Amino acid sequence: MTELSRTHLDQLENQSIFIFREAYHAFKNIAMPWSMGKDSNVLIWLARKAFLGRVPFPVLHIDTTYEFPEMLEFREWAAKHHNLNLIVKINTEARARGIGYETHDPVTVTHELKTVALQQALAEYKWDALITGIRRDEDPTRAKERYFSPRNAQFEWDYKDQPPEFWNQFVTTTGKGEHVRVQPLLDWTEVDIWRYIQRENIPIPKMYFARDGKRFRSLGCSPITHPIDSTASTIDEIITELEATRTTERAGRAQDNYERNAMQKLRAKGFL
Amino acid sequence: MQEQRPLKVAFVGHVDHGKSTLIGRILHDTGSLPEGKIEEIKKACAAEGMEFEFAFLLDALLEEQKQNVTIDTTEIPFRTSRRRYAIIDAPGHKEFLKNMITGASRADAAILVIGADEGVREQSRRHAYLLSMLGINHIIVVVNKMDLVDYSEKRFREIEQEYRKFLQELGLNARTFIPVSAKDGENVARSSMKMKWYCASNVLEALDLLEAQKPDTDLPLRFCVQDVYRFDGRRIITGRIETGALRVGDQLVFSPANKSSAVATIERWTAPLNQPAVAGDSVGITLAEQIFVERGYVASHQNDTPIETNRFHADLFWIVREPLRAGHFYDLRLATQEVKCQIVSIEQVVDSSTLETKTDRHEQLERNEIGRLTIQTRNPLVVDNHERIPNLGRFVIVDDGQICGGGTIFGGVYTDRTVAKSKNIFWTEGKITPRTRAMRSGHRGAVVWLTGLSGAGKSTIAQSLERDLFHRSMHTYVLDGDNIRHGLNSNLGFSPDDRVENIRRVSEVAKLMADAGTVVITAFISPYRMDRRRAREIALEGNAEFIEVFVDAPLEVCEARDPKNLYKKARAGEIREFTGIDAPYEAPEDAEIVVHTDKQTIDESVGTILEQLLPRLRDYGNDE
Repeated sequence: MTELSRTHLDQLENQSIFIFREAYHAFKNIAMPWSMGKDSNVLIWLARKAFLGRVPFPVLHIDTTYEFPEMLEFREWAAKHHNLNLIVKINTEARARGIGYETHDPVTVTHELKTVALQQALAEYKWDALITGIRRDEDPTRAKERYFSPRNAQFEWDYKDQPPEFWNQFVTTTGKGEHVRVQPLLDWTEVDIWRYIQRENIPIPKMYFARDGKRFRSLGCSPITHPIDSTASTIDEIITELEATRTTERAGRAQDNYERNAMQKLRAKGFL
Repeated sequence: MQEQRPLKVAFVGHVDHGKSTLIGRILHDTGSLPEGKIEEIKKACAAEGMEFEFAFLLDALLEEQKQNVTIDTTEIPFRTSRRRYAIIDAPGHKEFLKNMITGASRADAAILVIGADEGVREQSRRHAYLLSMLGINHIIVVVNKMDLVDYSEKRFREIEQEYRKFLQELGLNARTFIPVSAKDGENVARSSMKMKWYCASNVLEALDLLEAQKPDTDLPLRFCVQDVYRFDGRRIITGRIETGALRVGDQLVFSPANKSSAVATIERWTAPLNQPAVAGDSVGITLAEQIFVERGYVASHQNDTPIETNRFHADLFWIVREPLRAGHFYDLRLATQEVKCQIVSIEQVVDSSTLETKTDRHEQLERNEIGRLTIQTRNPLVVDNHERIPNLGRFVIVDDGQICGGGTIFGGVYTDRTVAKSKNIFWTEGKITPRTRAMRSGHRGAVVWLTGLSGAGKSTIAQSLERDLFHRSMHTYVLDGDNIRHGLNSNLGFSPDDRVENIRRVSEVAKLMADAGTVVITAFISPYRMDRRRAREIALEGNAEFIEVFVDAPLEVCEARDPKNLYKKARAGEIREFTGIDAPYEAPEDAEIVVHTDKQTIDESVGTILEQLLPRLRDYGNDE
């Protein structure tokens, strides 16, 4: 950062910090889902920026029990490193019923082990706001999001009738059982995220970098997340690769591609 | 490699004039579509027996494809050789005006699409009006569907002439009018051979000629406080620099309290301390003096302060079904300020489509109308005129948690501090409860009980606190020793029994006044713990908040001050049983608030009290 001029990344960072602080003021009981993916770690970093080194609310990992071992290792390390108040939630009830990738389709499993697990955590902790790391450029349905996006008591996103949002004024009231999704990364793109990780030297799992000609571009459950062919082993190489590619970021995520409009259906039911 | 921010361009216009087709065409012609996207859509169209259209690229949601209208804003990136862009697709359908505003409000520029066949229509005009209110001045007008009018120059010039005149009335100056056929790509990315009569820029060239909006660093400083954090025993004031620049050592004035202090530090996590902050920066600062600051305060430099007012004029657009009604109360949010306001009058209503002005008396403003209003706020609001400092000159009206409209402030500003007449606020049936009173006044009643030695500063603090609360339009009153003893307690002396009775009567009076909704400040030495406990019990019996404030200063300091020469008289034996000399003072062990007047100034002491007092006064439960 030079004395008075600001880069695009500076502007993104400043807006995200503003959103964090608005959320922290508006809601009494906040949590931040944390997938340990790159966006999620940028979110932790920006929270520390907003609160001058702290993350003053709990961080929630929805553990599907299909996590990559490397990710779990990273979770333990990063929770200590950032001094996080970490809550781990597993939908044990669904696992007990035998829900799993071995026997069920990915949309069902993702719904049960992620969305329902999140619903259970919300019911238990009664959070009125969740801070999420979604970005407009990830998926067409996410492009329609607001910075502050209400979810009703049935956990549904009414994307047909969203509140207006302008001049940095947001919906900050919730009814009983409702919560608001707060989305500080909405304006960021995949390349912005990488440039920022590089600039700030933010810790991320090593699985994003190529080993033996493969790397993960997006990280989810191990049985349904596939690496892409890549030799990109540094952030610079990843950015170069992204600027040349025309495939979508989540192409390696099976649940999105299982059926037409799968992502929309998942999201309308409460998926992040 | 660092990149500049993409230029955000809102695409607006009447429904079916071809916005989505133009966007689809731009994405296609700039090679911005993900691999397989066109094929995917073509396949989907074939499956549903439809002809492929560029517009379908955007209609990513199932519902949109069904209704054939874009229902919400999206943001789509593309790039030219000059720079990156983000397209904000704002819907043209009347029902979705709030989405159009949501999208367009974050744009740097706008492309307004008019169908050559239909010409200027209702939404063409309405959108231009809203763009002007949203402060978007860079506008390119695309006259689309030229293929349907045989690429006729005459038709193009007709539309240009009509629409230019309209824009001028709004004070908008469109840069360019471009004749286009988005369907066939004429004058989008390549200049058209079918319209040789037009030789100016095509759409992409016109976009590349726009300049990004400059950050408002050159405007006067406005630092809007978002929150005050207490970390490691330090108070860090956080917020965003809306305009101007802020440096360490700058002397700031905080409005509306008009308290002043110098910037001690500028803090950002992981960044070096004390780097200057400029427009757009989210920072934390600490101050040299411990003055009271809270969310909503606006810091400026001393020589260029904003306006403090509770009555002003504004233009307001209204976007919800339920009309805005004169006389009604709403919440008003401006930057981080939030106040209750009343619509005093609606002087003028403009139909945003026809620009027809109705100046007869108005009682309400319907959806999609724009009104010129007078608004009165319950508490002072810190504002600027919109044309001078846009970020502090615009606000939203909120009703029941929902954003219903947006306004811009203009013209001279009244400084009439009359409190809004509250006859229309809440109609209550049955008993008037303390909460009902609190909802009307915006705060609950309470007893603020100052205790401390003679000369500790109780009366001075009480008066200063009263003045501060009064200026916040709160109901407040100081009960002090002298005015009670001259009337109600004129039959009491200074014997131990009389002192107890004195305090008991004061407590009862304070309880009643607190129940009536007043913040009662008492300033009595009240040396005995037992008496103060009794005062607290009496207050609690009346369901009044009781806040004990220990005004602490060492005896030597109080005796040196001796404002009424009482210590001298006590030392000389002229007064007996004087607290601190020959009568004990039992210091509080669990006072809610402690101030140290030997170390803090009066302003700092009052600040400490306010910081803890105000949240308690405002916490009177939600309207259920």
